[in-house]
Order: sequence, then structure tokens, then C-alpha cells
Amino acid sequence: MNAEVAAASVAEAAPEKKEFWRWQENTVWDENKDWRDAKIITCGIDVGSVSSQAVLVCDGELYGYNSMRTGNNSPDSAKNALQGIMDKIGMKLEDINYVVGTGYGRVNVPFAHKAITEIACHARGANYMGGNKVRTILDMGGQDCKAIHCDEKGKVTNFLMNDKCAAGTGRGMEVISDLMQIPIAELGPRSFDVDVEPEAVSSICVVFAKSEALGLLKAGYTKNKVIAAYCQAMAERVVSLLERIGVEEGFFITGGIAKNPGVVKRIERILGIKQVETKIDSQIAGALGAALFGYTLMQKQAKAA
Amino acid sequence: MIANYGYKDGSGEYYISIDTDKCIDCAADRACLTACPKNMFEIITDDYDDEVAWVKKECTRTLAYSCTECKPAGGYTSLPCTTACTPGAIKHSW
Repeated sequence: MNAEVAAASVAEAAPEKKEFWRWQENTVWDENKDWRDAKIITCGIDVGSVSSQAVLVCDGELYGYNSMRTGNNSPDSAKNALQGIMDKIGMKLEDINYVVGTGYGRVNVPFAHKAITEIACHARGANYMGGNKVRTILDMGGQDCKAIHCDEKGKVTNFLMNDKCAAGTGRGMEVISDLMQIPIAELGPRSFDVDVEPEAVSSICVVFAKSEALGLLKAGYTKNKVIAAYCQAMAERVVSLLERIGVEEGFFITGGIAKNPGVVKRIERILGIKQVETKIDSQIAGALGAALFGYTLMQKQAKAA
Repeated sequence: MIANYGYKDGSGEYYISIDTDKCIDCAADRACLTACPKNMFEIITDDYDDEVAWVKKECTRTLAYSCTECKPAGGYTSLPCTTACTPGAIKHSW
């Protein structure tokens, strides 16, 4: 048997395992504009623990972005995230005036001129996305959560982070998605497809919550009911983080979990307030803030010169 | 800015808060750096280009254990870090 035949027979014998947790990676840019017309182009790269985003800002306005999963190498993830959009719009690294790295892997962005914490960048990004009325930001990331207060300019006035465990984060939702064998994008809508809202999963730890979810399935809960119980647990978990610094009007959620209505609507229900609406992908808030910081720095340099 | 360093887990909340507006013009000559027996504080330039104290990253997840010696059970009647910080920028949550 030659190598090709052997490989084919192995592929037939072991069907590809479906990865339910894998969320959609996407590249978006404004096709009505040409980046070549811009005087200042800045880029923000957010290398998070789970996802990486590259955002391009032309003259202070969002132009485009690329979002993808972080690999096992932060510099490569940063390069790939930026290359993903540059290839599509015909841009080269030399065309970008300033690059700011942020997120968990911000010090490992090889071509960044400056690194800024994700706390400051999320506040700045949320200020752009939700407007200057945004005061309280909840960043629900892949492996940590942050509660942030900011002023009308998007400057941080108070922040609190919990990065000690993954409870109430995107990774926990991925684990449940895989356990239920339901695509991650469907979890939110399906969590509302229950007759009676179940009690929240009581374990705050991702590992224990997985065991508890399995126990609920064995006890006769439907998948939708288990998902609802988990979404409620996540909401309660992050609200307890928020309560420590308080929630003001102008509430805004950033990060990947902001795209899960099952968690977002439950947070709104517990807090009794609606979050500020935006049409921009909430997952890019950090990278967008970083690019906007870059734009401000370029303007300062131009003034000084 | 109020910067909270620490965590919350099943046993409680452990945060050291630093009011950076008070910390910027330190009236205590950065005494927190030498007051902490565990050497947990250092001066950094923050995102807004201000020189302020923060709790070193490697210390933020072990505050419950690292600060134990300075709590009343360790024989102290007041915390060395908060006592040294005369502007009152440093606070403990527990």
C-alpha cells in the first residue's frame, strides 16, 4: 500500500471530529472607502488568550478588522491576524503609520510601536462603539473578565479584573458547547427555548460546572435547559464582579460573550438595565481602542513637530 | 483612577486598590516600595503616561497568602503599606 492510499483509508476510518466550540472567524472592511485616501493609518492588535484581532483605523475612523483564534505562538497570532486583512485589501505593513499591541500577548507583537493594557483599550473602544454616554464596561473575554468605569472621553476611572479562573468566561461557554454538541453560536438563542427558567448551575468553576451540566443531563434536563442554567450561572458570576465597582447608566458589554444573547439578556435582567446598542462587532473593542490610541499618539507627534 | 489588583474566589475577595490620582504626586516619597515586606509594589508608567505604583503581576493571584503576615494575626496593628502611604492611596478589601 502506498502512502496516499494509506492516508485515505485512515481518513475514511476516522471521520473528522466536529468542533462545536469553534466560532466564526471573519474579515470585514468598508468597501465604500479606500485606505489609500487616508493620511494616517493606525492599527491595533489584540492578542487575547483565545482570540486575536487586528483593527485598522483610517484618520480616526474604523476601516476594517480581522478576527481569528489565537494560536500557540503570540507573535505568529499577531502577524496572522494583521496579514489576514492586509492580503484582502492590498495593504503592506509599511503603509501603516503606527501599531499598538494590547491584550494578554501585547508584549509579543513584534511590529508594535507601543503596548497598552487591554483595560485602557477596551474603555477607549467602547467609547467609540457606544458613544460618550458609556460609563460602565463589562469585558467578557476568553479567559478573564473585567469590570471598567470610564469617563466621557473613554479614560478609565476604576477597573477590576478577575483573571484567576475561567469561570464566567468564553472558555467556559466553549466547554459547554462541546459537551452539548451544539454550535457555539446557537447556544444563546437555544437557552431561551425552555418552558421554565431553570436554577443556575451552582458551580462557579468551569471544570465543576461541566460535571454539574453532565449530571443535569443524566437527571433528565433537556440540552436547552442545561444551556439556560449555564448562561444564568455566567450572568450571575459576572454581575457579582460588576457589583464590586457598581454599575452606572451607559452600560456596555465587550468581548466575545457579548455576542451571546443568552448571557447578555440575563445580565440585563439581573441588573435591570439595557446595554448601549452598537452595530460594531463587540469582540474588536480592545483592538479598536488600541488603534485609536495609536491615532491620538500620531496626532500628538504631528502637533509637536 | 482606582486600580484594583487581586481576585475573588470561593474563600472571599482579595483586592489591593490604588487611587492613582493620589499616587501620582506621592507625598510619601514612594514609601510603599520599601514598606511592603514582600516587595509587592513597583512604580510603572501607566497607560496615560503617569508614574504610579502597582502590585506586581506575579503577586496579584496570591494576595490572600502574601499579605497574611501583615494582618493582625501576624502581630501588626496596622498594615505597613497603607501606613507608609500617607496620601491614603492604598486600600485593602479584606
